[in-house]
Amino acid sequence: MKKVYERNNIAFDMPSPYCPGCGHGVIHRLVIDAIKEAGQEDNTIFMAPVGCSILAYTYLDLDICQPAHGRTPAAATGIKRALPDSLVVLYQGDGDLAAIGTAEIIHAANRGENITAIFVNNAIYGMTGGQMAPTTLKGQKATTCPFGRSPEDGQGYPIRVCELLQSLGGVTYAARTSVHTAPNVLKTKKAIQTGIENQMEKKGFSIIEILSACPVNWGLSPQKSNEFIANEMIGYFPLGDFKKDGKIIQRSDH
Amino acid sequence: MGEKQLMKGNEAIAEAAIRAGMTCYFGYPITPQNEIPAYMAKHLTIRGGTFIQAESEIAAINMVYGAACTGARAMTSSSSPGISLKQEGISYLVGARLPAVIVNIARGGPGLGNIAPSQADYFQAVKGGGHGDYHMVVYTPETVQEAADLTMKAFDVADEYRNPVLILGDAILGQMMEPLVFKEPSGKKFDKSSWTLGNRKGRKSHLINSLSLTEGVVEQWNWELKKKFDLMAERELMVEEYMVEDADVIFVAYGTTARICRSVVHQTRKQGMKTGLIRPITVWPFPTETIAGHAEKTKHFFVVEMSLGQMIEDVRLAILGNAKIHFHGRPGGGIPAEADILKQLKAILQS
Amino acid sequence: MVKKGKIEVRIEHCKGCGLCLTTCKLNAIALSTADVTNSSGYPYVIMINENCTGCTMCAIMCPDQAIDVYREQEHS
Repeated sequence: MKKVYERNNIAFDMPSPYCPGCGHGVIHRLVIDAIKEAGQEDNTIFMAPVGCSILAYTYLDLDICQPAHGRTPAAATGIKRALPDSLVVLYQGDGDLAAIGTAEIIHAANRGENITAIFVNNAIYGMTGGQMAPTTLKGQKATTCPFGRSPEDGQGYPIRVCELLQSLGGVTYAARTSVHTAPNVLKTKKAIQTGIENQMEKKGFSIIEILSACPVNWGLSPQKSNEFIANEMIGYFPLGDFKKDGKIIQRSDH
Repeated sequence: MGEKQLMKGNEAIAEAAIRAGMTCYFGYPITPQNEIPAYMAKHLTIRGGTFIQAESEIAAINMVYGAACTGARAMTSSSSPGISLKQEGISYLVGARLPAVIVNIARGGPGLGNIAPSQADYFQAVKGGGHGDYHMVVYTPETVQEAADLTMKAFDVADEYRNPVLILGDAILGQMMEPLVFKEPSGKKFDKSSWTLGNRKGRKSHLINSLSLTEGVVEQWNWELKKKFDLMAERELMVEEYMVEDADVIFVAYGTTARICRSVVHQTRKQGMKTGLIRPITVWPFPTETIAGHAEKTKHFFVVEMSLGQMIEDVRLAILGNAKIHFHGRPGGGIPAEADILKQLKAILQS
Repeated sequence: MVKKGKIEVRIEHCKGCGLCLTTCKLNAIALSTADVTNSSGYPYVIMINENCTGCTMCAIMCPDQAIDVYREQEHS
């Protein structure tokens, strides 16, 4: 029998540092698979800011930069402008990108920085124990919206990042995928590869938003968490390409 | 010897940075330092460097953080409120052991304040405006020439210690024009290959980071930082002692107020009064021993600041009661007048 | 003739999350019983039937890269 699938050794030989069933584990693998297949291991600078992504520091055998919370796109801009031929991959959570770092992601995108942003949308602050995130759904419970997020009570609406960024001229590619089923994991890998190819071909800013499970803070089993994505999240966060080669493809304004 | 030029302080600082090999500058508009980003936008880019007007001072300092990760010489500049926004970034630069040069052309505060000169950012600069135990060398130039020289030196000091360095000027220094001659860059080379990110061929991965959740690790990093800070304090002190040997009253002042005090020293010397000036060129490290040494003989020290009095605390710590300390301060953009200083000085000498 | 396949599990890396089970159409795998765990105390995934075709879906779903997959090659 021939080995048809094996572990990617860009990850050190250790259990992944993430909770059982966490989407980060899958997405990390997809990112390092895309990096390996593009032969970019020596050229990649992985940006893991603040949030669960910090766990990458001891898990991934890559050059890694830890920027301040939310400032990943700014630090990435500094790196990419200083080293234009490096492959700069941003790995951000919903707090980092869509809360404290909203200005930075919008302006890096608008400048068309030639970088690839992996945006893990799990609708919660994971590392700090389950607070409401900018993408927490209406009615979804979190420690800071214990009765369910209520836009009517000033807790705001879940932010659709792809739709927010697609209008910016500097954005070449914006897609939303998910990792809640195997076919979707494969689609996510393809989207990440597109984002990396865009960067290598100097086509400008790419962002791949990935719906991902956080079983521990959602208080659901891994299976139920993936069902939550299917039944609750995708309705509000439709999957697909929002911008490709600089052209807007779909909008979701309901 | 380069040729003599007449230049604005802000532009001299910008040109000096480019000549020192700075390749990445990230800024944001705020008076009274706007000539620096404008100069970079024109002169840095045509000489192959990178200029970005960032979306905020916070983004700018974090762009510096990123560029520094690659070993590039990077700089940002701003003025008081903008420097407040950069404090977290400065703490991160120290924590991640990254070299960078930051320029503060200070203005009146607190709050939005005004665009007049001020020295009320002293505490922020030397006592650490950000979080955690950290220090950085802080230069306080008095002239456009010195501002250019210290900016060039700042890049060597930043690289040598892998730590940010601050140039602390004010609106007058930034806006006035004075003749200067740019010195040749030191040509010092710094091998950064053991820690920089990118082009990983043939080496193990590098991690640039200031976080560790493992017990005792961040404490250990702090003890290593302390060794570095002690070295910086020992080696990077710069102070000018002017006519202090026989002085009955010694002024202590830096930057713009040192210029004012220097002319008061000239006037009073002509009238037979023995006055002198100690001028910190680095306010961190602070010339504590220099001042303490003179306190054995000279019994009056006269601190003049454009603030409600901040450096005076470090002067007190140096003198520890061995001499009397007098103060004249003008906050909120006010500029000390020689006449007011003279009046107060005469009162001191009569008592 | 359907090709045969099999998986190899890094028992210490598995966290018993069971996501692989949700993708295996052939019921070829299951979690070990609660009393059979790795050193972290997690039950881990084991092969329970011989009908695996090596389709790799379980490995694709695994957040911990705990599964390597083998597949029989055609005899040309």
